Amino acid sequence: MSETGKLPLLKVNDIHVYYGAIHAIKGISLEVNEGEIVTLIGANGAGKSTTLNTIAGLLRPRQGSIAFAGMPVDGIAANKMVYKGLSLCPEGRRIFQQMTVKENLEMGAFSRPNEEIGASMERVYGFFPRLKEREKQVAGTLSGGEQQMLAMGRALMSKPTLMMLDEPSMGLAPILVEQIFDIIREMNHAGTTILLVEQNAQMALSIANRAYVMETGRITMEGDADELMHDDNVRKAYLGS
Amino acid sequence: MAFLSNLVNGISLGSIYAIIALGYTMVYGIAKMLNFAHGDVIMVGAFIIFCGAQYWGLPPAVCILLAMLVCTVLGMTIEKLAYKPLRKAAGLAVLITAIGMSYLLQNTALLIWGANPKVFPGLFKLDTFRLFNGQLSIKPETLITILANIVIMVALTLFISRTKMGKAMRCVSEDRGAAELMGINVNRTISVTFAIGSALAAIAGWLLCSSYPQLMPTTGSMPGIKAFTAAVFGGIGSIPGAMLGGVLLGLIEIFGKAYISTELGDAIVFAVLIIVLLVRPTGLLGKPIREKV
Ligand SMILES: Nc1ncnc2c1ncn2[C@@H]1O[C@H](COP(=O)(O)OP(=O)(O)O)[C@@H](O)[C@H]1O
Ligand SMILES: [Mg+2]
Repeated sequence: MSETGKLPLLKVNDIHVYYGAIHAIKGISLEVNEGEIVTLIGANGAGKSTTLNTIAGLLRPRQGSIAFAGMPVDGIAANKMVYKGLSLCPEGRRIFQQMTVKENLEMGAFSRPNEEIGASMERVYGFFPRLKEREKQVAGTLSGGEQQMLAMGRALMSKPTLMMLDEPSMGLAPILVEQIFDIIREMNHAGTTILLVEQNAQMALSIANRAYVMETGRITMEGDADELMHDDNVRKAYLGS
Repeated sequence: MAFLSNLVNGISLGSIYAIIALGYTMVYGIAKMLNFAHGDVIMVGAFIIFCGAQYWGLPPAVCILLAMLVCTVLGMTIEKLAYKPLRKAAGLAVLITAIGMSYLLQNTALLIWGANPKVFPGLFKLDTFRLFNGQLSIKPETLITILANIVIMVALTLFISRTKMGKAMRCVSEDRGAAELMGINVNRTISVTFAIGSALAAIAGWLLCSSYPQLMPTTGSMPGIKAFTAAVFGGIGSIPGAMLGGVLLGLIEIFGKAYISTELGDAIVFAVLIIVLLVRPTGLLGKPIREKV
């Protein structure tokens, strides 16, 4: 239980993840409570993506445990995690380039009954009107910003309780970054809990409730986003001042 | 008239290549591997039909359905036992396993059916079509083959573009990890791909042996290699590419044999392939390899 009295939706307890002999995650623990925006910031190579991919079930921790919505989910494959209400918008977008925008969104709802897809799609188009205009366009021909919107819309189509976003601002112009972050906040207001990985620490801390700072496979700091924003070490290392 | 007759025969032979090539190209596109045992599944299918018609007295349609069933189970079993454990292994290990599987199938067939060529029975007794006052005669097998190819092409295109499983296949083919994140069971999708390819192999086995009625344990290997060539020719991973590559290859082979040299027929086929690949390394309809951003 956090101070806000909300339930921990995700509880990661001391996980260790390896790539062969490389010890990428060296025992990290974190919690995300229902309704929160939590951000995980850190330099390139710190292990942020590895952490998200492990929670999503794409990688297996060699040690430690993960619980989602109060149930242990260790060893559950990624394709099953979607059905439990967890969705990951992966680093580099990974949209299906050869499919149309609409088909991409339909695939996002693969885990849901057919009759609910239409309503979800309208909801996604509500967040991203741009995608509706491009509905029939092949995804590979979208601009970078549109591709990011599509990746987020697709992740939203499974109606997740927890949505994890891996560097949604990557490679986007500042104006688009703001737009994307506004939408993340809107999605949160509409009831989706968010775990956000970012290198753009400034933006991430500005919308998050709480934050964790990662360095070389470990969590080195955690706390309220406001506090971390004004912490000297964080400012020096991640906010460039 | 010789020209027309060659044209029809070329399209028919090419249709057989195309149906086989579909199996190679779908498995390559979705499981990212070359299933060199695919040609031998054709041979197994043909032997099942042969036994059904010759020994067990089954009606023709039942023979074909039985062969499709046996090949489907065979293909899925091969995938599960031989290829699935190697999903994360190096490509070369998978390739060698596939070649080994090809020999295993051939030798098992040798053990069961012996080395002597069997005469494949004509399943449906139909009259030869005669056109232009009998100047052009077309065998019924030829027409059935072309027709079967068209039906398969339409059905598969609809399946891939409309059904949930078909769309899942396209996703796995593009990005396996992202497909998993959608909730798609990648293992099951690959298994279904092998099932479809193998069922088509049974049909190809029937069509091949109807037109060239000699059946032995190595029957599938040369058509298998040519169909693989057709898949590469059309752009491996692409379904329309397999169709186009198959039909073109059949035409080149028949016309090459008719107008250039009977002995060099196969050499001409491969020479054309090499030229096409030099000009278009991804094949006729293959997607240019995109750099990952
Ligand atoms: N597939 C992989 N194989 C081997 N090492 C990897 C792989 N992916 C990431 N790593 C390594 O794991 C560490 C953490 O990477 P990653 O989680 O991608 O960091 P971040 O997302 O914070 O930039 C890095 O040292 C990286 O080189
Ligand atoms: Mg990363």
